[in-house]
Amino acid sequence: MTILGELPGPFFGEYGGRFMPESLITAIDELAAAYDLAKSDPAFHAELRELERTYSGRPSIITEVPRFAQHAGGARIILKREDLNHTGSHKINNVLGQALLTRRIGKTRVIAETGAGQHGVATATAAALFGFECTVYMGEVDTKRQALNVARMRLLGAEVVSVTTGSRTLKDAINEAYREWVTSVETTNYIFGTAAGPHPFPAMVRDFQKIIGEEARAQVMELTGRLPDAVVACVGGGSNAIGIFTAFLDDPGVKLFGYEAAGDGIDTDRHAAAIERGRPGILHGARSYLLQDEDGQTVESHSISAGLDYPGVGPEHAYLSDIGRATYLPTSDTEAMEALRLLSMTEGIIPAIESAHALSGALKLGRELGPDAVILVNLSGRGDKDVQTAGDWFGLFDEGAVQA
Amino acid sequence: MTTTTHSVAATIEATRRAGTGALVGYLPVGFPDLATSVDAAVALVESGVDVLELGLPYSDPVMDGLVIQKATQTALEAGFRIRDVFTAVEAIRSRVDAPVLVMTYWNPVMQYGADRFADALMNAGGAGLITPDITPDSAADWLATSERTGLDRVFLAAPSSTDARIVTTVAASRGFVYAVSTMGITGARHDVDAAARTLVSRLRAAESENVCVGIGISTADQVAEVLAYADGAIVGSALVTALAEHGVSGLARTAAALAQGRSR
Repeated sequence: MTILGELPGPFFGEYGGRFMPESLITAIDELAAAYDLAKSDPAFHAELRELERTYSGRPSIITEVPRFAQHAGGARIILKREDLNHTGSHKINNVLGQALLTRRIGKTRVIAETGAGQHGVATATAAALFGFECTVYMGEVDTKRQALNVARMRLLGAEVVSVTTGSRTLKDAINEAYREWVTSVETTNYIFGTAAGPHPFPAMVRDFQKIIGEEARAQVMELTGRLPDAVVACVGGGSNAIGIFTAFLDDPGVKLFGYEAAGDGIDTDRHAAAIERGRPGILHGARSYLLQDEDGQTVESHSISAGLDYPGVGPEHAYLSDIGRATYLPTSDTEAMEALRLLSMTEGIIPAIESAHALSGALKLGRELGPDAVILVNLSGRGDKDVQTAGDWFGLFDEGAVQA
Repeated sequence: MTTTTHSVAATIEATRRAGTGALVGYLPVGFPDLATSVDAAVALVESGVDVLELGLPYSDPVMDGLVIQKATQTALEAGFRIRDVFTAVEAIRSRVDAPVLVMTYWNPVMQYGADRFADALMNAGGAGLITPDITPDSAADWLATSERTGLDRVFLAAPSSTDARIVTTVAASRGFVYAVSTMGITGARHDVDAAARTLVSRLRAAESENVCVGIGISTADQVAEVLAYADGAIVGSALVTALAEHGVSGLARTAAALAQGRSR
């Protein structure tokens, strides 16, 4: 039987593939071949484990949050603390792997796209560490709402290019990174941030992120003596979700829930719920669920969370949804922001707005599953970058500030 | 109306016999509006363009530079729909007798239905498709549909393509192979890369009958330079700029000037 946790790509059922311009095929195929070699090379894994231990700070801990859980029907809620990683999110896990690979294939420059800026910051960080040149593409809308991360990337020595075409968000940052990559592919590796895009990215990014679930599975077993009833994550492209899901894919008793950004609501035209409201199409090199109009023109997504503001989703999630192994549900801007404030005030942990979508999902799920349930939530990033947005949302800045 | 099947190869063959080589001209459908884009395409042919390449506006054109992005974005904002392509092809074919290829990213075709798209294109008198973001190894639907209909299928080859991929691309292509002159996206450049010459000879070694070179060609001198070793020269952004800045009459002047590059 198929082991779900080890699907190699390029296809996940009918999703995935490698639909790319010929100009980029050689580079992508070389990357796939280099990754195949690295995957079976103990030296590569040893090097990555050492970086995780001494640089990014793995293993990340788990934290049980009983005061928060009182609002979730009393279910036990356990957070996997990817927010505590160096650079503040799970993105560093993938970037360190791809940076090692970049060095292996002899390239000296890296480019990346970023939405919230977390992947851009992680890539700029790794570039500084490895001595690579680094350019990060970021939609103009996102450079404004995540201005702090723009400054962080520049401080780390990266060039940040503000993308002013199309919807000026993550989708267009990827388009622009592809355009640049075509011209620089001889010297430049593209460090892709999520488990989407053409093969080998969905499988490779998953492999670099699956340590989240591997650690968490053992940690939850140690804490509770059993597997969780449900594992919860937010889903934009889906790298943190596939990272925590993978270790549980072949545990049939563990339910998996991905929360997509519903923005103003899935019945409005302002959301980013690709699985809930999209249909299969090709964008950025893979076949997957996609928000698009009748003609196949990509529809702009909307979310208060820059990291989830993407009209597509990784192909493995499309597959897991179709076969019923994982369930994908929408959660709105308002619900996510309420969960963000609740975790901050009950536990002293300010989550990223992206991760707050998972928390909001856990609140709903806990009330359904009841007090006997154990729910593992991927706290994929910390909220420092979102204080401006949260301050505006809740009215926390001087004029008429709200005190708790 | 003359039969459209394989008219691209026939046209290129005729220009080869005449010793001129072919000028392939690109314009997006629906820019600045549908009617003007039809007039513009007709003007290209009347000014000496041998083969038309009509771009289907798409929201995420990763192989296009700013000039073409802006034009196709304008067309989309003005309400461009896929069916407008068939209207445009039919209107152009009723006025001039040059073969018309449609340049399209794959998702719009996939959503319309590859078979349905191909049938509509055939009925409109179109010659085939140029597909910049899929390769023969990821194009099973299109290979089957084009076999059934006889439509031309133009795939791209790049300086970075491996020898094995060059062979596959030549074998899968019909009409011509689109040789990407340089590692880059569409847009005018001062020098058309020496890589183009090497790529064309590699494609010839793989027994490609017709090779047209595109990306970065914007002057009659560059057309002449490319036609010294290739069967056709493809011009896009320079024409789009002329149309945007000087209208159809300005476009016709630019096309006529470019066509001068054929006879040298």
